[in-house]
Amino acid sequence: MTSIPDELHYTKEHEWVAGVDDGLTLTVGITAYAADALGDVVYVQLPEVGTAIAAGDSVGEVESTKSVSDIYAPVGGEVVEVNAAVVDDPSLVNGDPYGEGWLFRVRLEGDADDLLSPEEYAALTSGES
Amino acid sequence: MSRPTPLRGVHETLGATLTDFAGWLMPLRYGSESAEHNAVRQAAGLFDLSHMGEIFVTGPQAAEALDYALVGHISALEPGRARYTMIVNAEGGVLDDLIVYRLAPEEFMVVANASNYPMVAARLTERAEAFDAAVDDRSDRYALIAVQGPRSQEILATLTDADLDGLRYYAGLPATVAGRPALVARTGYTGEDGFELFVGCDDAEPLWAALTAAGEPYGLRPAGLSARDTLRLEAGMPLYGNELSAALTPFDAGLGRVVRFDKPGDFVGRAALEPLKDVPPSRRLVGLVATGRRVPRHGYPVVVAGDGAVVGEVTSGAPSQSLGKPIAMAYVDTGLTGGLAVDIRGSHEPVEVVDLPFYRRKK
Repeated sequence: MTSIPDELHYTKEHEWVAGVDDGLTLTVGITAYAADALGDVVYVQLPEVGTAIAAGDSVGEVESTKSVSDIYAPVGGEVVEVNAAVVDDPSLVNGDPYGEGWLFRVRLEGDADDLLSPEEYAALTSGES
Repeated sequence: MSRPTPLRGVHETLGATLTDFAGWLMPLRYGSESAEHNAVRQAAGLFDLSHMGEIFVTGPQAAEALDYALVGHISALEPGRARYTMIVNAEGGVLDDLIVYRLAPEEFMVVANASNYPMVAARLTERAEAFDAAVDDRSDRYALIAVQGPRSQEILATLTDADLDGLRYYAGLPATVAGRPALVARTGYTGEDGFELFVGCDDAEPLWAALTAAGEPYGLRPAGLSARDTLRLEAGMPLYGNELSAALTPFDAGLGRVVRFDKPGDFVGRAALEPLKDVPPSRRLVGLVATGRRVPRHGYPVVVAGDGAVVGEVTSGAPSQSLGKPIAMAYVDTGLTGGLAVDIRGSHEPVEVVDLPFYRRKK
């Protein structure tokens, strides 16, 4: 059982979103479950700062030894910051998926109502594992 | 339902990520596959390869039967030696790549890929019919454990009195390892020195435990199929289903040297292959090294840089630990000039064409 921190929100695409309660700038990463399923991450492609994104858009990709997966925008808004450290050292995604392995920050436009609670995400991943 | 190997319990205890491979439940990785890969390059790795098939061919005409059934000159093999060879269909298409061990003058073990061995056993049985030879698929009775990497011999030497120094590459001998009977072969699929141990299913767990304990001071770690795939790719070794298929002849794959027209008698595929031996193939298998960080993968088109014309297809690709860059094997049209790229999900990423293998161990 991988960790699912209580203070975060989640998506069906195995991303986590921090800062939803403040509702301004949200931080996005991939979950420990996803990082574990991918294996060693070797390449991360992130959207450019300033990009306008809509919820559900493919905005980047995470590549591991065995596979490649899209990164989806969990909410709509504007990308205001990306994690250059994770581009330089993609293993941060495996080592610290909820911390140093964060991917990008987005200034929220609209709402973030479609995200999953920790309980809902736990139910989703227990069904898949 | 995937079939477990005799070592399933060990893998579960180690917390392996298990995956279906060719109908078998196999360890994909135990922790970090990169660390497993590097352990094999620098120290040693322990692999469960019990999904492979072991087919025995025995009898006074076993050698002649295999000369007819396979493309290699099997009757020329000395007892105790092994050879890489192939089984092809009448059209010369590759049905599987194999290692044949001559255990005794009239006893051979044919090791076939997991996805193919029931078919290989059936073809061998048909092709041996006219000979005084018996074909017996004993895959269910054997587990296969590999110890691969530069420290392999030191580790194995702590568990056996067998003459490992005298055991050459592509040779095998019956031995006792950790008190268990095993066929010890100096073969592998990693590009490193190493051994493959064919043992009875009941001996697999105790032998794995003994090797784990013996290897601990040498940095041995269990390694899964993910590391096995990146290791063999760096070593430029083909994988059936990727670089080899029934649609390709050994010549197409650049492995025409395994077809031995100089052996006596007919063999299945001879008539189809003989006219091809001097024909330059229209495509050849090459190595690609990506200049960027995105990974060319199986099935991606190879294109001419700039104009985007499709001139080939990637058969295997992965990030290479040893090179620090993505690498791939691909079938590419011959006679091309100018730069190539791989179409990675719509964007053309430049690649350099290099000779195989990507990695060669230091002797």
